[in-house]
Amino acid sequence: MQRPGRPEPRSLLDDQPVIASDRLPARDRSKPVTAEELWTLLDEVKDPEVPAVSVVELGMVRRIAEENGEWVVDVTPTYSGCPATEMIEDAIAEALGLAGIRNGRVRRVLTPAWTTDWITDAGREKLQAFGIAPPVGSASKLTLKGLDETIRCPHCDSDHTERLSEFGSTACKALYRCLDCREPFDYFKCI
Amino acid sequence: MSKAMTQKEALQEYLLRLADSDMILGQRLCELCGKAPALEEEMALMNVALDLVGQARNWYEYAAELLDDGRSADDLAFRRDAQHYRNALLVEQPNGDYAVTMGRQFFFDAWHYFTIAALVNAPDERIAGIAAKAAKEVQYHLRRSSEWVKRFGDGTEESHQRMQTAVDDLWRFTGEMIEADAVEQQLFQAGIGPDPEQLAADWQGLVNEVLTEATLTPPPEDAWMYKGAKVGHHTEHLGFILAEMQFLQRAYPDATTW
Repeated sequence: MQRPGRPEPRSLLDDQPVIASDRLPARDRSKPVTAEELWTLLDEVKDPEVPAVSVVELGMVRRIAEENGEWVVDVTPTYSGCPATEMIEDAIAEALGLAGIRNGRVRRVLTPAWTTDWITDAGREKLQAFGIAPPVGSASKLTLKGLDETIRCPHCDSDHTERLSEFGSTACKALYRCLDCREPFDYFKCI
Repeated sequence: MSKAMTQKEALQEYLLRLADSDMILGQRLCELCGKAPALEEEMALMNVALDLVGQARNWYEYAAELLDDGRSADDLAFRRDAQHYRNALLVEQPNGDYAVTMGRQFFFDAWHYFTIAALVNAPDERIAGIAAKAAKEVQYHLRRSSEWVKRFGDGTEESHQRMQTAVDDLWRFTGEMIEADAVEQQLFQAGIGPDPEQLAADWQGLVNEVLTEATLTPPPEDAWMYKGAKVGHHTEHLGFILAEMQFLQRAYPDATTW
């Protein structure tokens, strides 16, 4: 059933609100909303595949601005085939609706392409705490031949680790294992 | 092409080639879902397939906008038959053993890498944007498939022999990818896509380097090559792929709820 302020659900599984109502930042609704408030609001929208971090911390929200009486949120997808892209765009639209923004719009922007360099420091710390090693190094320095920097185990902090697979549970991650604590872990690939 | 194409027509045609090759290779890789040789490989294959299908969607969406004939990106993928598909012959070849799967991937990735690298500089912002995103993904694909070719080639006696057989069998489908036709020549003149001669040289150079490091023998460059995909003449395999891939959309056209 459609609730006010929510786009129509895409599937039968999609029946949970995107932000728990007690997580909505308090705001005086008698005053016009500011871009700063919207940045705070969207920091509550989590990546469905990595719920530890928000779409703002991942660097996917590129710009929030008022254009011709509309609040336009520019979103850059992480990977071409990321299955969460639509879900994230819907979640952002829904968050705007929940906060009472009736003139909001999500715009997909492909250029410049998203890079892990855009993940914020707070985002990196949260990934680490969640058990995912954050990207190491700078994406702009990657070459075709090699990338193998030392990846630190997010569990025991050892840098004695090895790669098990170029790809992990999602396109954005690779699978590693720690040779000291023996725990496998995901590494957020540097791209 | 007997009559000259406008640049817009050439671009529509070229976008379909890019999209179709991504789509068909993505579909081929997905056939391995649930039966890849190892769990890690399965995840890798499906992630590569996901990247390719995502790139295909980006190209299809742009192609659909340029065609402007009422067809959507989904219609282009799911409602065209084999003679209208423009994917490279290489990507429709069956998965075979893992040497074939990774050999096919490597030959494609090498072509894809140099092609996308050139498209990043296209004056058309939409193309440049899609390519910039894809470039990072394709680089990752190429590194992985190169490593597998080396591991098999420079591995055991059996893996070496299988990899050499795969290279020899797949070789005849690689020629058309690096031989530009009028469409590609025309677009290159307009700054879109790789310099055909440079693409052929880069591809050949990288392939020789990797095969040599893998202790494999590169087949002769003047070997006889199959052609035809750029005008819709495919091997027998494509029809079977489409039959499976398009079944649902053909059986329930315009369905909005699955």
